[in-house]
Amino acid sequence: MQISMTAQKSFGAFTLSAEFTASGDRVGIFGVSGSGKSTLVSMLAGLVEPDSGEIILDGECLFSSTSKINLRPEQRRIGMVFQQHCLFPHLSVSNNLLYGFNRCPPQFRNIDFNMLVDVLQLKGLLDRGVTRLSGGEKQRVALGRAILANPRLLLMDEPLSALDDGLRFQIIPYLKSVSERFGIPYLFISHSLVEMRLMTDTALVFEKGRLVEQTTGEQLARNRIGKSQVGYINLLKLGRPSPASSLYSYPWGNSRLLLSAVSDNEEVLAELSSKDIILFKNHPVAISARNLLKCTVRSIFDSRGTNGIELDCSGNTLISEVADDAINELEIAKGNTVYAAVKASAFRLPGFRPSGKFIS
Amino acid sequence: MTPLSSTDLDAIRLSIQVAVAATLLSLPFGFAVAYLITFVRFRGKVVVEVLVNLPLTLPPVVVGYFLLLLLGRHGWLGSLLDLAGIRLIFTLKAAVIASAVVGFPLLVRSLRIGMEAIDPQLIHASRTLGARWHDTLLTVILPLSLPGLAAGSSLMFARSLGEFGATIIVAGNIPGITQTIPLAIYDYAASPSSDEMALTLCLVSVVISLIVLFMHEIMAKKMIRRD
Repeated sequence: MQISMTAQKSFGAFTLSAEFTASGDRVGIFGVSGSGKSTLVSMLAGLVEPDSGEIILDGECLFSSTSKINLRPEQRRIGMVFQQHCLFPHLSVSNNLLYGFNRCPPQFRNIDFNMLVDVLQLKGLLDRGVTRLSGGEKQRVALGRAILANPRLLLMDEPLSALDDGLRFQIIPYLKSVSERFGIPYLFISHSLVEMRLMTDTALVFEKGRLVEQTTGEQLARNRIGKSQVGYINLLKLGRPSPASSLYSYPWGNSRLLLSAVSDNEEVLAELSSKDIILFKNHPVAISARNLLKCTVRSIFDSRGTNGIELDCSGNTLISEVADDAINELEIAKGNTVYAAVKASAFRLPGFRPSGKFIS
Repeated sequence: MTPLSSTDLDAIRLSIQVAVAATLLSLPFGFAVAYLITFVRFRGKVVVEVLVNLPLTLPPVVVGYFLLLLLGRHGWLGSLLDLAGIRLIFTLKAAVIASAVVGFPLLVRSLRIGMEAIDPQLIHASRTLGARWHDTLLTVILPLSLPGLAAGSSLMFARSLGEFGATIIVAGNIPGITQTIPLAIYDYAASPSSDEMALTLCLVSVVISLIVLFMHEIMAKKMIRRD
């Protein structure tokens, strides 16, 4: 997907100036509320007309103020997944799914209905009214509905922000797999750094209606450690746990971690803030933190007033943050060994309570 | 209680006939006006809103008088219709038009409430799924406006049943032809020996109105529940 945009839109005192070129199948648009993300998406979909400029998608002009071109939304073949699911309340799940499919010209119908229903696990829900679905089910149906319209580009406007943490992490694999399986590129809009890292390869950062940075989700998160109250969120892919005294032992690559929370899944993504990792120069004699990891310093980077330390822990990566003084005292330098201590309770398993019960 | 005479039965039949016809006649116009006011941005919207609501505040007799001026033989529209051989004044059609004009604001009001409750994002979703605007109108806006449409229709039907002022001016009070229940009651009330007959028709009127209003309440509740 190749998109080129030079569009302006003003609402009162606010002006959005969307000027960028992006290519790739997983492009992200990052910004806080009010940065103009949703307006940008609406202009792309043809729901809001820019005051001036040009929008070109894969060589086709969708909008041009000079050439007086403005393709209607139904002519653009750009699908959309909204923040709120936006399912038609008067239609059943299957009729919602088929709404776009039935309106898609036959020559563009490449997606098999049954296959999509299988991928999104919607089989048992087809005859239900959409008002009787849970939040996660609704968003899966909304995703399926958009995909079945066979769009050439899918816009996802904060599709996870209305869901709680547990559901969010359940939906992400669906979003990724559906797009990959059916070969539909997407533009993912979010204000969450974690979502940007999980869902996109390129991130366009918008602030006050302007593009300020074009980077990757990972780089974006690393650059903002000092600015973020929660620090950098390490995402650790853990295996199935086994009980270990009062805690749970999880495989993490070649090593193991002790956590106080338990999951029932084969694989789980744990969150660990860079602020919750304490570094030691030498192996401490005895500490209360239940995880002590021998690490090698891979790199040190400056991140808006703090130092990010990238650590290699038996082949796994961890990002920690430390003050300037600590770097000098611990003699942290590339290639040096340090010990990282993490409390068992510092890990967050989205959707799981510390007691081990899954939040349904 | 006095049993209903054939003139009374005629009045009941005509009342229902006028109310049904006026409601059906107004529905497409009411839907179009409500759609315009709710979804289309245009200059002079306030003027349209005021004009639509005007019959609600004017005395029905005034509405009737204006209709008489418009549709009468020498009226602006009446003279044209007269050339085509169409006469409306003092016919049942005039009673239907009078009821339609007087009840129109109630219909538009309910429809607007129903349409304003529709999430605009649903309309956007429909467009990005490949629907043209008229497709969206028929498959999203219309079905989601049905509770408002039903509530507005029942309210307008009830208002039409009670219409007196405008009707008596443009349709007269001709038993068996244009005499509806309110006009028949007016006749009975004017004659000193017909109190019981007036009361019987009043009771009929109350029963019909109760049925219609009960239906209206049920539909309005459905509308609130959906929101």
